[in-house]
Amino acid sequence: MNNQIYPSKLLENAVEEFAKLPGIGRKTSLRLVLHLLRQSEVDVDRFSETMIKLRHEVKHCKICNNISDTDVCTICSNPRRDSSLLCVVENIKDVMSIENTHQYNGLYFVLGGVISPMDGIGPADLKIDQLINKIAEGNVREVIMALSATMEGDTTNFFIYKKLKQQPISISAIARGVAFGDELEYTDEVTLGRAIINRVKFEATLAD
Amino acid sequence: MFLKHLAAFNFKSYSQVDINLHSKLNCFVGDNGQGKTNLLDIIYYLSICKSAFNPTDTQNIKHSEDFFILQGKYERDDKEENIFCAVKQSEGKVFKRNGKEYPRLADHVGLLPVVIISPADLSLIIEGSEERRKYVNSVIAQFDRLYLEELIRYNRILAQRNKLLKDIADRGNYSEDLFEVLDSQLATMGETIYHKRKDFVDKLIPIFQKYYTAISGKDEKVELVYQSHLDGDDYIKLLMNSFSKDRMLQFTSVGIHKDDLTLMLNDHPIKKEGSQGQQKTYLIALKLAQFEFMQNISKVKPILLLDDIFDKLDVGRVENFIKLVSDESFGQIFITDTNKSRLNEIFEKLHSGYKLFKVDSGLIEEIVGKD
Ligand SMILES: [Zn+2]
Repeated sequence: MNNQIYPSKLLENAVEEFAKLPGIGRKTSLRLVLHLLRQSEVDVDRFSETMIKLRHEVKHCKICNNISDTDVCTICSNPRRDSSLLCVVENIKDVMSIENTHQYNGLYFVLGGVISPMDGIGPADLKIDQLINKIAEGNVREVIMALSATMEGDTTNFFIYKKLKQQPISISAIARGVAFGDELEYTDEVTLGRAIINRVKFEATLAD
Repeated sequence: MFLKHLAAFNFKSYSQVDINLHSKLNCFVGDNGQGKTNLLDIIYYLSICKSAFNPTDTQNIKHSEDFFILQGKYERDDKEENIFCAVKQSEGKVFKRNGKEYPRLADHVGLLPVVIISPADLSLIIEGSEERRKYVNSVIAQFDRLYLEELIRYNRILAQRNKLLKDIADRGNYSEDLFEVLDSQLATMGETIYHKRKDFVDKLIPIFQKYYTAISGKDEKVELVYQSHLDGDDYIKLLMNSFSKDRMLQFTSVGIHKDDLTLMLNDHPIKKEGSQGQQKTYLIALKLAQFEFMQNISKVKPILLLDDIFDKLDVGRVENFIKLVSDESFGQIFITDTNKSRLNEIFEKLHSGYKLFKVDSGLIEEIVGKD
């Protein structure tokens, strides 16, 4: 398909754009573009405007880094949520996974990834300092680490634990089995919900 | 436990393999280069999830094909076990037990223990420490299911730490806290691995000495010496003490990834002192000791693969050796040889059942079958 000849440069450009999306090859891309061409102009305008609006107007919550339409997200600004509980996750998808379990009523903190020098991610590339500052404000009573059960997740857990252990807070980790390489995203809701309820106190086996 | 039926497609030199096997003795005869060793490798693959000779899975696919399939039908604890393995050029490796895919290959390793004795064993003596670590790892992994995972985790952290050491050289600044965390993780997993290796070698030594004496018939002193930076030292301290050196080298220079197993004969490394005959006897004794050790642990007799055993021993010794391994304490055996009559004669004297296959340019034909 690489040498496909298109009857229109406009068509070709559109196909190129869709093919940049993850999991979309040129064949699928062409199918999507031809589908859009069969839609009314109004529908396609709405489609494009939605994408433009999303990219320009979406915000990251200044408290937890979750995606939000406002400066502070709906979770952080909800007075019925327990602001003394803070669940630390890697990304926004993890927030959505845990929210889907309906088993957690505290707040979140999105770290932006895990420490992995091999992927060029050091502590300074994550929101670790922001997390420490937030804890230092003194409102949080318990921090729940919910990073993926990989070595990098462990490294990050320990790293954060080292930074927080002087604080008068309790630190726990969600109770997942030693499922090596498991990511929150792939854990089913019931299991994940149970894991949050049955979280265990973080036992640092690290020498101080 | 034994292999009843073996099928394969597109593995190395073979388009197709489809053979019924004897529960005790099986022999593949044929000229060199006809693919006898590849048959042993298929059996090894089905147990260990990888080739005994070529660690790159896709390089074991027959030339110009894009997949291979291996299927073994075993009898284990009076139950039939069907093992399926497929490797596709682009999609990696799949292992199934009775139609169900393993989530992790490590879950399969150890189910069907195997020991191979081949001319390639010589690398244990002549090559560097990595060969001996690989050997120790492959044996422990067959009876300790957690071991491989611990090793993978250790190597992952090690790679992260080494990357960090390179990054420092490029950037200058570094997080001391992160090193402390990585060091602790390395220490936790490294100590577990160290104790498992040490325990294994300690238990292997007396068995090994017994076999060496039995095969050599001589009063020679043999010893396996496990050497690790961890001997009597604290892991964290080791890492801390070598930190400036590691920074300069840009990799982690201490730890269990540098372990070695020194093979000693009469108080000298056999690499330097041993004659060819002594070295061959040494390696066979080592492998038989491994066999007995694994059997003691798993209560299952491993499958024994003997590749080109005449390369190691003269006819008289081979006869003694085959007598030794064909008795009750050993299980199913596969032997390759270039000379059909030589093995057949030995087998005829044994008064036990066996099968003899002729292997000729990728074709396998059963020529003797005796129950
Ligand atoms: Zn928020």
